Amino acid sequence: MAPRALLLVSAALFTLGVLGVVLRRGAITILMCIELMLNAANLAFITFARQWNQAEGQIYVFFVITLAAAEAAVGLAIVIALFRLKETTDVDEIHLLKW
Amino acid sequence: MQLLAFFVLSLLALVSAIVVVTHRNPVVAALALAFNLVAIAGFYFLLDAQFIALLQVIVYAGAIMVLILFVIMLLNLKQELGGRPSGIVPRVLAPVLGLVFAAILGRAFLSLRGGFPARAPGYGTVEAVGREMYTRFFYPFEVVSLLLVAAMVGAVLLAKRRL
Repeated sequence: MAPRALLLVSAALFTLGVLGVVLRRGAITILMCIELMLNAANLAFITFARQWNQAEGQIYVFFVITLAAAEAAVGLAIVIALFRLKETTDVDEIHLLKW
Repeated sequence: MQLLAFFVLSLLALVSAIVVVTHRNPVVAALALAFNLVAIAGFYFLLDAQFIALLQVIVYAGAIMVLILFVIMLLNLKQELGGRPSGIVPRVLAPVLGLVFAAILGRAFLSLRGGFPARAPGYGTVEAVGREMYTRFFYPFEVVSLLLVAAMVGAVLLAKRRL
């Protein structure tokens, strides 16, 4: 098990997350793909923390997990509010801010 | 043994991530995401970050996934929203981003040769992480608690019908 193998897995997961955000239309699916990307970044953080034997990387991951929880709560609240308004979670249909 | 665990975990993580991105049914995608999060917690165990691995299982695979599944079932999203998004931006952006990240992937593979150094004593334990968090990272820690309060208030404000 080498650091570069772990970074490869992390990069592959991040790429999948980006493709999901770009290619999918459901708002909740997009939120899940964002979680995927955050996790890929966390994996890279932990890998580098182990590589340099420093605990800072793990603390950054702790903060990222907290941020992800906040992001999920607010994002899902927005999805619920939009669903109440437009009866859909399709991001192509949600263009209230466009003129 | 460690190598075998690494291969099994990466296979699980990648396959479940592909299911998250491609599956039509959001409930299946959410369960695959929970699977993916547990596989990544396994990676953290392999990398001697026990505290963060447990946190990942409790907070991510527990709390956040329950929240997502709850909303999916609340909105009764069964089988909608397949296919590609309309518009020129995703159609151009997706291949470009794919190529850019493939390049980053190749760069990551070529750099950083060799294995991990020996583990420092006490690395990754609750004691080590907690000591660091409550001394050097004390103020960021407090700011994060403010962020959580803001998220809580924001979520209630957004989802409540009438205040």
